[in-house]
Amino acid sequence: MLEINDLHVYYGGIHAVKGISLSIPQGQIVTLIGANGAGKSSTVRAVAGLARNTRGSILLNKATILGRDPEEIVRAGIALSPEGRRILPHLTVEENLRLGAYARNDKPGITRDLEWVYSLFPRLRERLWQKGGTLSGGEQQMLAVGRALMSSPDLLMLDEPSLGLAPLLVREIFSIIRQINSQGKTVLLIEQNAFAALSISNYAYILETGKIALHGPGQELLHNPQVKEAYLGA
Amino acid sequence: MFDWLHSLYQTSALPGMNLSQLVQHGFNALTLGSLYGLIAIGYTMVYGILRLINFAHGDIFMLGAYFVFFTTVAFMPAGVACFFIAAAFYVIHGIVRGFRRRPPLPVLGLLLLFPVCGLYFTFLAPASFQLPWPLALITAIAAASFCGIVVDRIAYRPLRAAPRISALISAIGISFFIESLSVVLFTGLPRPVLQPDWLMTPMLLAEGSVRILPLSLVVPAITLVLVLGLLFIINRTKPGLAMRAISRDIETTRLMGVSVDKIIALTFALGSALAAASGIMWALRYPQIHPYMGITPGLKAFIAAVFGGIGSIHGAMIGGLILGAMEIIIIAVYPQLSGYRDAFAFTLLILILLFKPTGLMGAKLEDKI
Ligand SMILES: Nc1ncnc2c1ncn2[C@@H]1O[C@H](COP(=O)(O)OP(=O)(O)OP(=O)(O)O)[C@@H](O)[C@H]1O
Ligand SMILES: [Mg+2]
Repeated sequence: MLEINDLHVYYGGIHAVKGISLSIPQGQIVTLIGANGAGKSSTVRAVAGLARNTRGSILLNKATILGRDPEEIVRAGIALSPEGRRILPHLTVEENLRLGAYARNDKPGITRDLEWVYSLFPRLRERLWQKGGTLSGGEQQMLAVGRALMSSPDLLMLDEPSLGLAPLLVREIFSIIRQINSQGKTVLLIEQNAFAALSISNYAYILETGKIALHGPGQELLHNPQVKEAYLGA
Repeated sequence: MFDWLHSLYQTSALPGMNLSQLVQHGFNALTLGSLYGLIAIGYTMVYGILRLINFAHGDIFMLGAYFVFFTTVAFMPAGVACFFIAAAFYVIHGIVRGFRRRPPLPVLGLLLLFPVCGLYFTFLAPASFQLPWPLALITAIAAASFCGIVVDRIAYRPLRAAPRISALISAIGISFFIESLSVVLFTGLPRPVLQPDWLMTPMLLAEGSVRILPLSLVVPAITLVLVLGLLFIINRTKPGLAMRAISRDIETTRLMGVSVDKIIALTFALGSALAAASGIMWALRYPQIHPYMGITPGLKAFIAAVFGGIGSIHGAMIGGLILGAMEIIIIAVYPQLSGYRDAFAFTLLILILLFKPTGLMGAKLEDKI
């Protein structure tokens, strides 16, 4: 469904992503892993339309989306839950979620998805009227994922959804990602938690300093000795 | 020990003041404060989103007064007026609902009605025709809010990615431009404004001992309605939600599918509408208009916005009311100091910036990282 071909991302003089190609088939979970600064966030930001200085091609269902504005890309069916959560601290939980549905006009659909997000994250329902900024870190992460779901995306991109969460919550987040995927959403996942990420993904790419170093099915990479040494700490 | 206090009291106008005067001063303060507050809200909304002091805001205030002057006293061809209304309706509808979607029938009807009226007024109506007051007000406000959108489009939008100082300089430039253009178009001569009689006929209360101008009731009432309307838009509508989100995090808000430029245009439209309403009521209160009339009220409203905590709408309104009240108190109690009323406002600005730069309501929520 999403095809990235020879993508480059620049920041001023810095060449952050140096020609990567990857493909994300419909209905799968695909993971990007890599060290800090490898260019993972830059890649998804380019897909979401936030990185302006780019080269290469990004095709969503054969239509080019590189160079289009973020607000158009959401409408095309791609949502990003950005690195660092970026929830709006002065808006309530419900307002944050409704903002996620800003691009939509189908009231019944929005109500249905709101219910779905609350059933995935019951804790958000209890905190409807609480300001986003007063949520705990883990709750904020749930809100960020829920907000991305509210645009009813075909492709959901999650940039480090388990960052800073307690081990129990990490497991919960991963099980929810599978649940979301089983509802027919394609997922592009960025993770530091390589073991858990590889375990749930159909396919994975390993980035090193802006290039793809290795790729293969999740299970295969899980047993690859190089990967074990560099990313699984074994 | 309190001798100096006593002598302060003795030299003031307080001992001689009666109830009637007190009540009148109270209403004057409320009126002036409302007018400052309405302008201040526009400063604070634009600052909240763009971190930009929109120096042209006082000029929009002035344009509002001129537009109402042209539709009532001097008479601008009403056709042009109708065109402005239609344009403003169209633009605001486009911002809220998207330009590509066909407007719903009532809006479409309005859009067509106004140019048709325009043709009638321009070619068929008697030459002495003047717009009735309510229509003149709507026209002037719509036209000024349209001007606000244009200011953003030509002076600020091209500089969104530029350093903030560039936009600030552009703001000063566009402000001078509007003032100079107004001198060219309207001449620099002060012009009298038509005041409807019923607004200026004093009402007698408490068996004739208290006299109040209806205007000093109408101004706070209209202000209240406008502010409540604005708060409704900001807190209860979808574009309002986007405005609140943008003021915090533009990039994330774009990720949610919000077209930032449209929401900014809407912000300018709303702020300018309030400034124009203030300008019109100001012209009724002090019925002399000229191209530079927006500068001093604009600066004072800016001070009010800083005083209330820039970025906060409640703060701007409260700041405006307090500033208006302080000014009236000084003039009323120490008439001999009334020449210093402007200096007083600026002293206040310096004091705020020195001791509480975040203003009254400016305390910020901590971000959780
Ligand atoms: N706005 C920016 N300006 C300049 N350089 C940037 C900017 N954003 C990212 N970079 C640089 O681009 C490179 C890739 O950054 P990116 O955020 O994509 O890495 P990442 O793989 O997501 O890392 P992490 O795991 O730490 O999140 C880094 O060297 C970073 O310093
Ligand atoms: Mg990153």
